[in-house]
Amino acid sequence: MKFVVRRLLLGVATLFVVSLLIFVLTKAMRGDTATIVLGREATPEALKELRSDFGLDRPIITQYTSWIGGVVTGDLGKSFTTRAPVWAALSPRVSSSLFLLLCAGVVSIPLSLAVGSYAALHRDRRFDSWSSFVLLAVAALPEFIVGTFLVIVFATVVTKVLPATFYLSPDQPPWGNMKGIILPVVTLSISVLPYVARVTRAAVVEVLESDYVEMARLKGMPERTVLWRHALPNAIGPIFQVIALNLAYLAGGVIVVEWLFNYPGIGSALNDSVRARDLPVVQFLALSIAAVYIVTNLLADIGTVLATPRLRTRLT
Amino acid sequence: MSSVEALAASVASQPAKRPASVLREALRLRRTQVGLAIMVLLMLLAVFGRYFAPFSQVEVVGDGLPNVRNVPGTLFGSDYFGSDVWSRFLYGGRPILIQAFFATLLGVGLGSFLGMLAAYRRGRFDEILMRSLDVLLSFPQLLLSLVVIAMFSPSALVVILTVGFTTMPRVARVVRGAALQVTERDFVAAADALGESRLRVLFSEILPNVSASLLVEANLRLTYSIGLIASLGFLGFTPDLSAASWGVMIQQNRSALTFQPWGVLLPVFAIALLTIGTGFFADGIGRTVAGIDRGKAEV
Repeated sequence: MKFVVRRLLLGVATLFVVSLLIFVLTKAMRGDTATIVLGREATPEALKELRSDFGLDRPIITQYTSWIGGVVTGDLGKSFTTRAPVWAALSPRVSSSLFLLLCAGVVSIPLSLAVGSYAALHRDRRFDSWSSFVLLAVAALPEFIVGTFLVIVFATVVTKVLPATFYLSPDQPPWGNMKGIILPVVTLSISVLPYVARVTRAAVVEVLESDYVEMARLKGMPERTVLWRHALPNAIGPIFQVIALNLAYLAGGVIVVEWLFNYPGIGSALNDSVRARDLPVVQFLALSIAAVYIVTNLLADIGTVLATPRLRTRLT
Repeated sequence: MSSVEALAASVASQPAKRPASVLREALRLRRTQVGLAIMVLLMLLAVFGRYFAPFSQVEVVGDGLPNVRNVPGTLFGSDYFGSDVWSRFLYGGRPILIQAFFATLLGVGLGSFLGMLAAYRRGRFDEILMRSLDVLLSFPQLLLSLVVIAMFSPSALVVILTVGFTTMPRVARVVRGAALQVTERDFVAAADALGESRLRVLFSEILPNVSASLLVEANLRLTYSIGLIASLGFLGFTPDLSAASWGVMIQQNRSALTFQPWGVLLPVFAIALLTIGTGFFADGIGRTVAGIDRGKAEV
């Protein structure tokens, strides 16, 4: 229990420093924020209005405390460009991205666990060496190259069986266009597969080489029982790490993939807001993506400890 | 991340190998040979390609019409602006490669110094340093780069600095893991007892013993930096949109993909081959250093 509390406190502390860093970075922009947002032709009145509207004339510490206080209480402020509340503008984006991540997770987690364990169980055979070669090649590719390649093959040059961009009418939920979501999901899954499959393979190989699996085999247990009773339960700890790794990686991957397919989620919102210097939106998006990273890692650490009896007893 | 650390740990548990002998040994592996061949080919193309370009990168060819597949006197037609696709392709590799090279140099240099220092000093210094690096690690590399570059300017220097600084904590973690086991060895204690200066111990006792894992890291980080910088270009963050660069080219010519695919196909395959080549090469070296392909008896 002590471990869990300590790990939680560390996570909160990290999140706090992350929020400071994001705030400082977005304030580090050269020149006057109001002028950059409104452009050089803006009238002095408009500039003054923007500054007082958003509290840009207040001391920087006050600006930070009121921002972080707002984040905690659920008030994210208003967008510089649309003047609409940030949360109202972004909540459909957040749910779209969560849906995309859910689909990508549903496809990629079982697939990478299967590929990784199959390769480990048939170590040094043909599937293992070929999958290792292919996964290595794919691991090196940036997501937008994978995505563009898929667009070339399935949506433009070679065939036109799938749409190249994701289109949604304003009142439609993201699952309203299942055909359009295929390529973004496949791109994300292909990009994340190599990492997760390699970690899974390593975890399963380690378990298979352990003393207790050897003992079980020497006792003359059937191989199937060895696998399901002794090997796989012990691989669950590392697999928590694998799933967290997967989710954290996907949270970063959406930035490029959503932009590539014009998918209306937080990744494309980040691209738009960064270009428009819409700082309240940038701050919130950067903070939430970092939070996903921190929380998944935290859950994975705690999950690993709880799933591994040896660690559990050592830490309490 | 845990597999990387496991790799680094297994590296450090073996007697130190010199980078030169690691390279020689790694080149016996098929994937290292293939990787090196592709990598050298693409790097030559990126660096020297421009001297073989029939046109300049901004010159308009033919009738000046954009996105035409068959323009007399050109190999691959014109791009979104009416310029020669082939010439812009030959020009477009160098900026990515140069920026990635310096970013990797910065990230691996700084990261390995901090990693070694943390492992050597231990204690509170180590704890505080690694926790602060964890803060940088809570951001996907692309997210942090995107915010910083958008807030300042997408100049080559800013790109190099951001990619370098976001690479640094990742390298520091791995090198710290490798160096931790070196610092426990007798020769480090002996050097300390002799009263050698800390920097001397760091550079002449610890560095040679982690140099093999540094070599692995440097290659791996070069692969990722190339991908990251190309992605930033694809998102439109590049010093000069009129200057050809593979990532930017893909973005610019994407809308004409159905009737003039060359402006996208050439840079897509170039970036793919370049990253696959460096990735294979890095993996070959990594395997050699970790002793994976030398039979299980030695592990």
